[in-house]
Amino acid sequence: MIELHHLTKRYGDKLAVDDLSFRIPEGVVTGFLGPNGAGKSTTMRMILDLDRPTAGEVTIDGRRYADVQDPLREIGALLEAKGAHPGRTAYDHLLWMAQSNRIPRERVDQVLDLVGLTAVAKKRARGFSLGMGQRLGIAAALLGDPKILMFDEPVNGLDPEGIVWIRRLMKSLAAEGRTVFVSSHLMSEMALTADHLVVIGRGRLLADLPMAEFIRQNSRSSVRLRTPQPEQLLDALRGAGLSPRPGPDGSWEVTDGDPVLLGDLAAAHGVTLHELSPQQASLEDAFMQMTADSVEYRTDIPGAAATPAPQPAWGSGWDTRQAGKES
Amino acid sequence: MAAFPAVLQSEWTKVRSIRSTVWTLVTTFLIVVAMGFAISLLTRLNFAQFTEHDRNPFDATNTSLSGIALGELAIVVFGVLAVGNEYASGMIRVSLAAVPQRGVLMGAKTAVLGVLALAVSLVTVFVAFFVGQVALGRYNTDLGRPNVLRAVFGAGCYLTLLCLFSIGVTMMLRSQVLSLGILIPFFFLVSPILSIVPVVKNVVRYFPDRAGSAALQVVPTGDHPYGPWTGLAICAAWAAAALIGGYLVLKHRDA
Ligand SMILES: Nc1ncnc2c1ncn2[C@@H]1O[C@H](COP(=O)(O)OP(=O)(O)O)[C@@H](O)[C@H]1O
Ligand SMILES: [Mg+2]
Repeated sequence: MIELHHLTKRYGDKLAVDDLSFRIPEGVVTGFLGPNGAGKSTTMRMILDLDRPTAGEVTIDGRRYADVQDPLREIGALLEAKGAHPGRTAYDHLLWMAQSNRIPRERVDQVLDLVGLTAVAKKRARGFSLGMGQRLGIAAALLGDPKILMFDEPVNGLDPEGIVWIRRLMKSLAAEGRTVFVSSHLMSEMALTADHLVVIGRGRLLADLPMAEFIRQNSRSSVRLRTPQPEQLLDALRGAGLSPRPGPDGSWEVTDGDPVLLGDLAAAHGVTLHELSPQQASLEDAFMQMTADSVEYRTDIPGAAATPAPQPAWGSGWDTRQAGKES
Repeated sequence: MAAFPAVLQSEWTKVRSIRSTVWTLVTTFLIVVAMGFAISLLTRLNFAQFTEHDRNPFDATNTSLSGIALGELAIVVFGVLAVGNEYASGMIRVSLAAVPQRGVLMGAKTAVLGVLALAVSLVTVFVAFFVGQVALGRYNTDLGRPNVLRAVFGAGCYLTLLCLFSIGVTMMLRSQVLSLGILIPFFFLVSPILSIVPVVKNVVRYFPDRAGSAALQVVPTGDHPYGPWTGLAICAAWAAAALIGGYLVLKHRDA
């Protein structure tokens, strides 16, 4: 089990990782989620003892990484940087790694086969596409048949086919009882693969909970109402014991509301409705809200007209997303 | 702990599997042998002219090893590339993830590169010596004469030590572009030019290449206030200092 104890990393003035403590549960896929610059890659490098923590420590089954005998047999990692020399063949890249950790040579052929690179095994990495490079990195991670796997943004830049392949791979690795720790800045990616979720923002821990729990907490639905007679509507809703909250563009929203009951209620009070639409908060929205305070460079600056391409504020995209359903 | 023999084997695979590094060694051999041959031949053909201003007796050994002046750059490039390519490609992180004991990694790498450089250097200087003696014809010498074997063997050690020095410097700078940008002008321009500037000359004598080259001379030229073995020892001290510096950087900096 990998445990982080008050892990902190400072680069000059920049606090990249800030007092981070959590455990990576065994035998499941744990999504390590955070906006760009949150400190995910830095944390992963510290787990491998590549970057030295300013404070705190990481233990792997109670030991430091540097004390692990033949570490590739225990932890396989795909890091941000590609890590294969362009002038070396895929085979030789895996061969030197295998030799350093006393992994049998046959295993090189096995992992090349596993990631589908057998045909280009003797080709130099310089000619590899992004996807092939990523497969080579994954082959390297799997080389020692490790029980813990760590992938830093493995789907970045991959084509849809490659993305599906990686998702399946991670699930099958966990199904074999391995621990998979995978970082991403996209909630949607994690929702599809992760069983457990660790969310960080600006180097700090924001959430550490099972995926199912995160979905339960954050997939609240609501109903949006729009009317030219807001006072009457609000009176009607409050009279029925509901607590509407303002939505975008002068609309009102009722959490966990039932569209049938709300429509009837409006009719009974003679309120004209211009919109009555069920809304589903996406996990992406929940993630954005959770990390809104910690994103490095806010894009939703007030006075958005001045900014070229503002990020939609929390919830404001719903109109467009719902448009299809209404028509 | 990663097992040292396993890491040695792995480092050997690394160095033999990249063409550019292998070619720098082949280039070292070709330059030293070809240039030694050409200069030896020209010397024989123009012997009187070439030697008329010499204060010292003719040094047939040193003449056949003339190619080292240029060939040493190739072995410096080898040292820089063999280490620096790991930084350029981001591979150093993969290497350290595989072998997290940084001293073990550096020790194995230095040992493999050093032994390879020594083997190539020795073959190169002996071939250059014999080819050069053939070209020198009647002005030639042989290994049985005093100090000749020492000079040829010393030349092989000298090339190896320059390679080790470059390895240490590259480990400190962690960039092959930066290392080449400093080492090549240093050995090719700065050191030779400063060595004839009167005021600094006494200091420049102790530069690694100046000191080490004392070992190549059968007939002392009077450029060095120390003997051939001391010269080689000074060169070795530079290499050791660079390697220690490289180790400290590798040990303490984030990869
Ligand atoms: N080697 C470094 N030197 C200086 N700053 C760094 C270094 N590595 C990362 N950072 C900074 O630390 C923060 C976290 O970076 P990183 O771990 O790469 O985030 P993530 O992987 O979550 O996008 C960023 O602000 C980044 O600029
Ligand atoms: Mg990152």
